[in-house]
Amino acid sequence: MATSDVKLLGAWPSPYVNRVQIVLKLKSVDYEYMEQSFPGKSELLLKSNPVYKKIPVLIHGDKPICESLIIVQYIDEVWNKNGPSLLPSDPYDCAMARFWAAYIDDKWFPIMGELRKAQEEEAKATLIKQAAEGLVLLEEAFLKCSKGKDYFGGESIGYLDIALGSFLGWIKAGEIMSGVKLLDETKTPGLVQWAQRFCSNDVVKDVLPEPEKLIEVLKMIQARLKAAATST
Amino acid sequence: MAEEVKLIRTWSSPFALRIVWALKLKGIEFETVLEDLASKSPLLLQSNPVHKKVPVLVHNGKPVSESLVILEYIEETWKEKPLLPEDPYEKASSRFWAKFSDEKLLPSVWTVFISQGNKQEEALVPALENLQFIEEQLEGKKFFGGEKIGLLDLAIGWMADMVSVLEEVTGLKLIQEDKFPLLSAWIEIFADVPEIKESGAPREKLISKFQAIRDAYAATK
Repeated sequence: MATSDVKLLGAWPSPYVNRVQIVLKLKSVDYEYMEQSFPGKSELLLKSNPVYKKIPVLIHGDKPICESLIIVQYIDEVWNKNGPSLLPSDPYDCAMARFWAAYIDDKWFPIMGELRKAQEEEAKATLIKQAAEGLVLLEEAFLKCSKGKDYFGGESIGYLDIALGSFLGWIKAGEIMSGVKLLDETKTPGLVQWAQRFCSNDVVKDVLPEPEKLIEVLKMIQARLKAAATST
Repeated sequence: MAEEVKLIRTWSSPFALRIVWALKLKGIEFETVLEDLASKSPLLLQSNPVHKKVPVLVHNGKPVSESLVILEYIEETWKEKPLLPEDPYEKASSRFWAKFSDEKLLPSVWTVFISQGNKQEEALVPALENLQFIEEQLEGKKFFGGEKIGLLDLAIGWMADMVSVLEEVTGLKLIQEDKFPLLSAWIEIFADVPEIKESGAPREKLISKFQAIRDAYAATK
């Protein structure tokens, strides 16, 4: 199928969208990017993702594919001749990559969401501790999966690098806003070095937003929420 | 090397049952290790230190956790009798609906069954919407996987006996045949597949279990 009929519905601050952008770039896929303005939802988005009504949505030909990690696997399979496979070929290593990506999405990143909403110092402290513990688990995973190489995927960026790496902008933004270091070289030295490598990678560096810009987005969302709360 | 396949599970976990089905459908010999979640075994805690949950597949000493991850692992390790379609779009679609089943469908159905009165009425709205999405996926198909059972059938398979048990416990018919004709038909043929039929937990035991859970929720009101 011609790569010119690939569209990505996205929003630049979304780490889930960034995942897809990174993979499309890694696989040299030409596509049309359609920025979705927040908070509105376009007709095309609602038609393409009636279940979740969320971005990212990849539209290939006229077929929509939703959910970022499912899109990542789809791109990897369709454009399998463009560069190395994102998932390890060994089924056990592949299962580990999938397991940790699911952990990041289902358990770890939601802690960051709770942290942004938390008001009391005690609640914040508990959440920061949980996030830090999670990163220690991910440090162990990094050591096991990378087997001494640069990335979770080994020599080159893979599925798990993309799953975690897409959150690095938001992690940095969170560190700046809270004054607390989450990625700490004394606790997770492997991850800290990996993060620097990932963010400065040619494919990634133009995709991940600057933390300062994400902070502005966060402040705007918080202001909107405050306004909505006080106006009721 | 002789294959050693162990499945750590509980007698009733629907997530573990999917793995039993997959192993049986692929003709893989395995040993069951039954867990009591009130008193977790050292094997479970060692094999799944992150979540401490079932199911866990232990293949030649290496543990894999999270049922959808396990299903993909089984698919990639034992390539005969594939559960996923070859076409990348169809594959993505199966994965999407399997995730939907776990993240939205099952929780919404569960909420209906543990709720009472008005809360139950409210809970019905998203549950029926989610069931409608799944109903549409069966258009023109015998199984979710097409002519044969696929990964998505296994992911949604909890509906086959669980829903009728929950319906009996609450007296509420959720999957009405006139509203969900395709789903109703699928439940029957899925439940009738030999590997599925022989694997189910004893119905009376399931009914007692869910009656107790529902009573416990009602008592907390």
